[in-house]
Amino acid sequence: MLSLIWLVPAIPLLSFIILVLWGHRLGKIITGLFGAGSIGLSALFAILTSIGYFSLPATDISSSQQLWHWFTAGSLDVTLSLYLDPLSLLMILVVTVVGFLIHFYSLSFMAEDDGFSRFFAYMNLFVGFMLILVLADNLLFLIIGWEGVGLCSYLLIGFWYKDPSNGAAARKAFIVTRIGDVAFLIALFVLFYNFKTLNIQEILLSAKNSWAVGASVATLTGILLLGGAVGKSAQLPLQTWLPDAMAGPTPVSALIHAATMVTAGVYLITRMHVIFDLAPAARLLVAIVGAATLVISGFAALGQRGIKRVLAYSTISQIGYMFLAMGVSAYSAAMFHFMTHAFFKALLFLGAGVVIKAMDDEHNMYKMGGLRKPMPVTFWTFLIGCMSLSAVPLISSGFYSKDTIIWSAWASPDGGTILWLAGLLGALLTSLYTFRMFFLTFYGENKGKVEREPGGTMLFPLIALASLATLGGLIDMPRTLGGFTPLAHFLGRAIPVMESHKSIGLEALFQIITAATSLFGIYIAYVFFVKLRARVEQAEYFPFGKPLWHFFLAGLGFDWLYDHLLVKPFVWLARTDRNDVVDYPYKGLALLNIALSRALSLTQSGNVALYAAGISIGALIILFILVIA
Amino acid sequence: MMNIPLQAVLLLAVLLFLIGLIGLLSRRNILFMLLSLEIMLNASGLAFIASGARWSKVDGQVMFIFILAVAAAEVAVGLALVLLMFRKYRTLDINILKRMRG
Repeated sequence: MLSLIWLVPAIPLLSFIILVLWGHRLGKIITGLFGAGSIGLSALFAILTSIGYFSLPATDISSSQQLWHWFTAGSLDVTLSLYLDPLSLLMILVVTVVGFLIHFYSLSFMAEDDGFSRFFAYMNLFVGFMLILVLADNLLFLIIGWEGVGLCSYLLIGFWYKDPSNGAAARKAFIVTRIGDVAFLIALFVLFYNFKTLNIQEILLSAKNSWAVGASVATLTGILLLGGAVGKSAQLPLQTWLPDAMAGPTPVSALIHAATMVTAGVYLITRMHVIFDLAPAARLLVAIVGAATLVISGFAALGQRGIKRVLAYSTISQIGYMFLAMGVSAYSAAMFHFMTHAFFKALLFLGAGVVIKAMDDEHNMYKMGGLRKPMPVTFWTFLIGCMSLSAVPLISSGFYSKDTIIWSAWASPDGGTILWLAGLLGALLTSLYTFRMFFLTFYGENKGKVEREPGGTMLFPLIALASLATLGGLIDMPRTLGGFTPLAHFLGRAIPVMESHKSIGLEALFQIITAATSLFGIYIAYVFFVKLRARVEQAEYFPFGKPLWHFFLAGLGFDWLYDHLLVKPFVWLARTDRNDVVDYPYKGLALLNIALSRALSLTQSGNVALYAAGISIGALIILFILVIA
Repeated sequence: MMNIPLQAVLLLAVLLFLIGLIGLLSRRNILFMLLSLEIMLNASGLAFIASGARWSKVDGQVMFIFILAVAAAEVAVGLALVLLMFRKYRTLDINILKRMRG
């Protein structure tokens, strides 16, 4: 069954081609069948592949399938091969399953939209490229997927292209991630220069054999790879594109945040973990970037008005947790959090989509409220998502994954108290902003006069994702709860699993601290946004002061900073140079020649006597010179 | 044969040449300008012949025959052009003909 793996990325791509060529003629039912069905089939084949993988003997940790020999140039030999190991298997399962639920949801969410077939074409392409990205066995093939998801994010964020601000958001996403892509490309060149190959497994093997720990070239490569990951995964300092990416339709946000695109950076670092093992400085930088991002975007999420913008900042923050985990070498914890995050973040986005639809395209949470009664299914599933996001102990999957990360941040040999405190502060902020959003949306009085819950088929993916978000955490339990860890064990075949030498009692204590922090955050949110709600709403009152709130609302001023530091000087320069200053000398030369030519053409008057006089004078001058000489 | 000094002949040639040049510069009728050109050519021919005779070389006479041939050809073409110009513009005044910007 492993030989069927090529079908996993091929089906969405084929469906994309069909929808792009004939989509406008197919009619909505067939378009939907292709659009969502292709991802469903792809998910089916991913599951079949995983069955095939599990029936392999335990010594075979990977299997690869060569699709095509692309080209040979000197020592560069590029084949397009799919590489399957536990890491890519987990990725394709999450991408296709969550992707399918999002596509299924989109069937009714986008039903009224004019660009129905265009939407599904882009979405299928998006999933197809993401699958190529995670299955690629060499970096060149990977970069095709990498740039492909960038392209699709541009197309989908700017999906409603008639509004120029959506186009601006799409351009911003494309340009900001491009900065990271340049770093990634340079890393590619450095690796090829050193190892004369682009095959990932060969690179990792040669790097392990030929580079010393802490070698400067390893650190350089690590930092460049981190640069690429930071761009795609919207981490500090390139996080500004993600909140603006909310301009796209809600299922797109769900797809970008949960299954595709932003997790590409996490995947890249985990895949190239050997480089980071050899470069402790780069790895520390990964941890610092993650910790700083998760705290900063946590604060930013606290100030947002729009329900989707809260979720956007929370994604940045949760990816920050994954970076923190990778920075302390807890790769399996990062992948575990990636999985649970995919479940609950897709759930939250789809729930937010239902809410926005019910509120008639209203994004502002301050104008919502009291949706608990008219929308019970959304309410309960959203509650499950929120609990998972804020890591409510024991009953949510987010708790297991996030707790592992926070514990690793302290217990890992690379961890430390500061990283742990950052994680803990992040946990407090997470539950605070999550339940602020939850209480503002579902409690209080019903101002929107929402009567009933929209969309029957939209609710099925919510329920499916809610069960995944609840049960998904059970496949990796901490030692204190029995240490049942099939996921870490499974991933351990491909990536190192962090071994902790700290005592179990200490781990339990830390878990209690984490759990208490999260519950405390929910309590604060309850006090401010349920009990004191009237005051909060009246003057857009914020518990910590209005200027601070505006600072948070603006995403801690990063947009402002980049605008003044980069965009404005660049625009000024472009405006000054719009006539091409460098060209002036050359233009002057041309003008001089034209003037000379005009002057000479004056002599061509047609006056024959004048010509004769000229000839005579010339002859006289020559004669004179000859006589003198 | 009468012995004429070279200087006298050359002076005559210079005089003829100047007459032709002045005629060329001052005349406005293109036919007369062509006549003046002929005078100038003959002046140079005279200078060649006289110099050839003075140094007893045939080169002077050879050059004159060349000049004669060139002058004949030039006149043939020139007069044909003048004829065409007159037919087209009904005038031979170069101040009017100069609008051709030749």
